Amino acid sequence: MTKLKTQSLHKRESELAKANKQVEYLSNGIFADGELPTFAKKIKETSQFPLKPKKLEILQINVGYMCNQVCEHCHVDAGPDRKEIMTRETMMQCLEVIKNTGAHTLDLTGGAPEMNPDFRWFVEEASKAGIKDFIVRSNLTIIVANKKYHDLPEFFKKHNVHVVSSMPHWTKGKTDKQRGDGVFDASIKALKMLNEVGYGKPGSDLKLDLVYNPSGAFLPSDQEGLEKDFKKVLSEEFDIQFHNLFAITNLPISRFLDYLIASDNYEDYMYSLVEAFNPSAVSNVMCTNTLSVSWDGWLYDCDFNQMLELKVASKVKHISEYNEAILNDRNIIISQHCYGCTAGAGSSCQGAVA
Amino acid sequence: MSYYDPKDLRKFGNITDWSEELGTKFFDYYGKVFEEGALSAREKSLIALAVAHTEMCPYCIDAYTKDGLQRGITKEEMMEAVHVGAAIKSGASLVHGVMMMNKVNKLDG
Repeated sequence: MTKLKTQSLHKRESELAKANKQVEYLSNGIFADGELPTFAKKIKETSQFPLKPKKLEILQINVGYMCNQVCEHCHVDAGPDRKEIMTRETMMQCLEVIKNTGAHTLDLTGGAPEMNPDFRWFVEEASKAGIKDFIVRSNLTIIVANKKYHDLPEFFKKHNVHVVSSMPHWTKGKTDKQRGDGVFDASIKALKMLNEVGYGKPGSDLKLDLVYNPSGAFLPSDQEGLEKDFKKVLSEEFDIQFHNLFAITNLPISRFLDYLIASDNYEDYMYSLVEAFNPSAVSNVMCTNTLSVSWDGWLYDCDFNQMLELKVASKVKHISEYNEAILNDRNIIISQHCYGCTAGAGSSCQGAVA
Repeated sequence: MSYYDPKDLRKFGNITDWSEELGTKFFDYYGKVFEEGALSAREKSLIALAVAHTEMCPYCIDAYTKDGLQRGITKEEMMEAVHVGAAIKSGASLVHGVMMMNKVNKLDG
């Protein structure tokens, strides 16, 4: 049994639950008085402004903000109280796009995407479109949360879904601190169930990757080193196997921004991000090859811009009027949170980029 | 106000401003030392943390605590490293007790 870590900002009626307040916060203070350069100024120095998309490779669809967990640093502000859920009608509009897109990867995320009542129908339909890589971002605990989800590993296998799951640390203490009491044990149980049906085994086509994001106000270290440590401990102590580890930087938005401010770490964290700015990561940031679709069908440059309600700067703004050529001509909307994707080896939903 | 300001750590790189050659050589050396080698970067981070404590350098403690967290090093591992430093430091004091004993034995044995 897992225990919720906290409440969503929405539930707490926090000021930071409003996207415009977050954007405002990120533009004020150290960035307004010139102590630190804005992201736009920084990428102008390396002639990378405006940021433009390259060929679309990944279509990321957020099927709803409802989740069985309330993790401390969730950038979606997801939780059981969030009622924003993609309808079947919007899913059908997405399917039209999935059938015709040039993107090779379809990436379903949430919340816990499995909690959308039409999730299985959507996966079944989408898997017929012949997309090369079909990702579902599963928080793991949902698999063991309720009997009706216990067959998810078999369901994923049937549709050759690539499972990508969060795992902030290989110790119970650090994982539960970030994601709620009991989350580590439940995640281990779910990983074993995935392994049992063939996920994550060396050489297996059933891909199982883990996502690591730091448990506090610090950046991730090198992805390769972390993967080695994760593999060693999970294999030796729990007999669990997985393929790759993606190290993701926490972006200063939503609940993580709230945490940074409350713990008096905001300025230091922003300094760390700016100091770690890597121009070569800019050319590969995920917004250059990804489009993010929200539960209600609006289009965004990335999942983070979705949470900040910064819709694409294009005359095409909704999945119902999708046009890849027009969308590819847009400028990507940036703000100071973008430093999170260009720090060190860079960060994206697929891990390091540089 | 303390002599130490945590914000000064961000200015460490400015050391190069007043002696570019020596500063650059130092940072090149420093960077090289912490690369993965016969020892892993993770092991080096823990050694640095232990030495940071024996040197009682607030900047180094700040930097290598953060570095350890970034590498996924647990607080238990960090505390053990600090104890290794403390044990060596206290042992280094205590072993001089032999000098005292030698002297006592010579003068009053």
